[in-house]
Amino acid sequence: MAEKKLMKGNEAIAEAAIRGGCRFYAGYPITPQNEIPEYMSWRLNEVGGHFVQAESEVAAINMVYGAAGAGGRAMTSSSSPGISLKQEGISYICGAELPCVIVNMVRSGPGLGGIQPCQGDYFQAVKGGGHGDYRMLVVAPNSVQECVDIMYDAWDKAEKYRLPVMILGDGMLGQIMEAVELPPMKDPATFPKKPWATTGEGTGENRRIINSLYIVPDELEAMNHKLQKVYDEMAKNEAKAEEYLLDDAEIVLTAYGTVGRIVKSSVDMLREKGIKAGLIRPITVYPFPKDAFKKVGEMKSVKEIVTVELSMGQYIEDVKLYTECKKPVKFYGRSGGNIMAPEDVVDFVLKEVK
Amino acid sequence: MERLIVAGFGGQGVLSLGQMIAYASMFENKNVTWLPSYGPEMRGGTANCSVVVDEAPIASPIIATPDTLIAMNKPSLDKFIASVKKGGLVLVNSSLISDKVNRDDVKTIYVNANEIAHKIGNDKASNLVVLGAYIKHSGLFTKDEMLKTIEKVFAAKAKFIESNKAAFLAGYEL
Amino acid sequence: MSIVFEKSKFLTDAPLHYCPGCSHGIVHRLVAEALEAVGAEGHVVGVAPVGCAVFAYNYFNCDMQEAAHGRAPAVATGIKYVNPDNIVFAYQGDGDLASIGLAEILHAAARGVNITVIFINNAIYGMTGGQMAPTTLLGQKSTTCPYGRDAILNGNPIKVSEMLATLDGPSYVERVSVADVPNIKKAKKAIEKAFRNQVEGKGFSFVEVLCACPTNWHMSPLQAVEYVKNDMTKIFPLGVYKEV
Repeated sequence: MAEKKLMKGNEAIAEAAIRGGCRFYAGYPITPQNEIPEYMSWRLNEVGGHFVQAESEVAAINMVYGAAGAGGRAMTSSSSPGISLKQEGISYICGAELPCVIVNMVRSGPGLGGIQPCQGDYFQAVKGGGHGDYRMLVVAPNSVQECVDIMYDAWDKAEKYRLPVMILGDGMLGQIMEAVELPPMKDPATFPKKPWATTGEGTGENRRIINSLYIVPDELEAMNHKLQKVYDEMAKNEAKAEEYLLDDAEIVLTAYGTVGRIVKSSVDMLREKGIKAGLIRPITVYPFPKDAFKKVGEMKSVKEIVTVELSMGQYIEDVKLYTECKKPVKFYGRSGGNIMAPEDVVDFVLKEVK
Repeated sequence: MERLIVAGFGGQGVLSLGQMIAYASMFENKNVTWLPSYGPEMRGGTANCSVVVDEAPIASPIIATPDTLIAMNKPSLDKFIASVKKGGLVLVNSSLISDKVNRDDVKTIYVNANEIAHKIGNDKASNLVVLGAYIKHSGLFTKDEMLKTIEKVFAAKAKFIESNKAAFLAGYEL
Repeated sequence: MSIVFEKSKFLTDAPLHYCPGCSHGIVHRLVAEALEAVGAEGHVVGVAPVGCAVFAYNYFNCDMQEAAHGRAPAVATGIKYVNPDNIVFAYQGDGDLASIGLAEILHAAARGVNITVIFINNAIYGMTGGQMAPTTLLGQKSTTCPYGRDAILNGNPIKVSEMLATLDGPSYVERVSVADVPNIKKAKKAIEKAFRNQVEGKGFSFVEVLCACPTNWHMSPLQAVEYVKNDMTKIFPLGVYKEV
């Protein structure tokens, strides 16, 4: 067994990024993700990479655009207001088919909001955020180890599909410390070649152009179709969910990210009270694990579904959509940076669910 | 399972006290989550961390009813005392808290941590004094396991190892 | 028959889309010749802006990235750090660089990142149809200051070279014009120097080029170059503002 290390979520994300091949980071300070740039500032230096504290989130995402376009494994990280600023760049990155990694340690909103954990950026992350027809691979880890595992392979997936991978966390995930096992450093020699990258040798017909401008509608439509094919392929391969005590469940609790683990305790507490509760937790929130949710919608034993979120009710829309409204879905949420305890969810179920 | 809340002023070492438990858990192959409060309250106001230790993988890191509360100052005691589980353990830094705990369904230990830390010449180590008392009364880890943890955690700052061990032992042997 | 003149190999055969009398074509050629002069072949990446030069990636015969509006220096920074041995340049207009992208250019300059930036100052938003630019002269008319730019109503023009020269980061800042042949020759030297600096690792180099936009100035090409010479240079004096 590899040696375990006690790490904060933010630090573990940074270390796993390095081990996964990241050699360029640009970012701008914002709570609660500052441990990521702080860690990167010395760690990238150690491995011969580059860290830039950008003048803004806007500049940071565009530095990532340049670095990714030049063939580097590049990332940025921020928290909600900063991610809003990055949306323009994210749209360009998707339009130019550039692989990169973006971490959002979500804080409460709207506006300047607060700095405590929240899940209010769900729509922004999975339904667009920036302009135009694009999708990203959006993954919502629930533990420090899952952060490590996802970051470690994030560029492999980003490069496979040539799109950004977004880690959708929250302040809690960034700040929590757990013991993790760190995988070995990936060897850049094993990374796939990127014939499209502007590495400087291009000339004449072999020039590489990183661009998202298509003035002719037919050309852009063809590009849109090409992108969609990639998104369909990604949806087929990458959708992932965790199921817990679902087999005989009558009440299914569902939540993603850190809330998913809080709710897991609620399931245990309900089971102790003789209530047949179960959990389904999407690990990827885009692509949404449609099949797993369709199955829940069709399960005979299931009487009711409860979505638990740190928001006013965003994730519930996808739960209804993908269970095809075959079961009643109730909503329990906290917001503003408040976090529910497992007991709160239990109380809600006892009171509100038949 | 042990669910612990450590709370006090920013600067009293409440987060690092929690981290010592987290490290000990890792070294002893237990699962652990350490979740700090964060934000402006960390300077001057109250800071706290929630630590969950278990043999099994930990689901919720959020603690509604702690098994143990370590209160390093008065506002922290006031904030959390009602939430402690019946039969739970409360450690009170009596150097800064003159009140007595008005619950008789919890076990309360008073530790004049600041005086003890001062007496052994390590004013900054009041948190380790309380850690010593906590370990003694909870039995979560053995004395040797914690001493070993202190050695490992401070390995890079060797000059602090002995004084921190002394603070821990002063609390443990109260 | 002997060849007496050849188009630079750093220009493609794509026909330029620029208006008659526009200075972009001249500056494209100067940039291409400078790339050739410093031996950039096989290790150069350019960054195109948003604005009239948005299609620059079709014209420069090298690897190119198209940046979002104003972000070319940030994109160039990312490219440079991934492959520090490559020559990296950004080519930007005045709306792009001096308005929406002011933060990016200032910080790239302050950082001293070893790239070359060519700044086309023609005092107007060309691509969008002649709106007021941050460099539009007082009294100059545009579609959004139809009575002429008024300092109280519209603010004052920004002098980018002067501003960048106050920073410790840049190694070289010069303002040139391409309004006539002697000035084009000076501009050629300046642009070549800005690239040579990068090759020599001297750090951030910046050349501001005063350019004509006859279409949006509603002038003939000849009137437009006279306007550059007589009016623009009064507000934007030519010369070396910084050289380390």
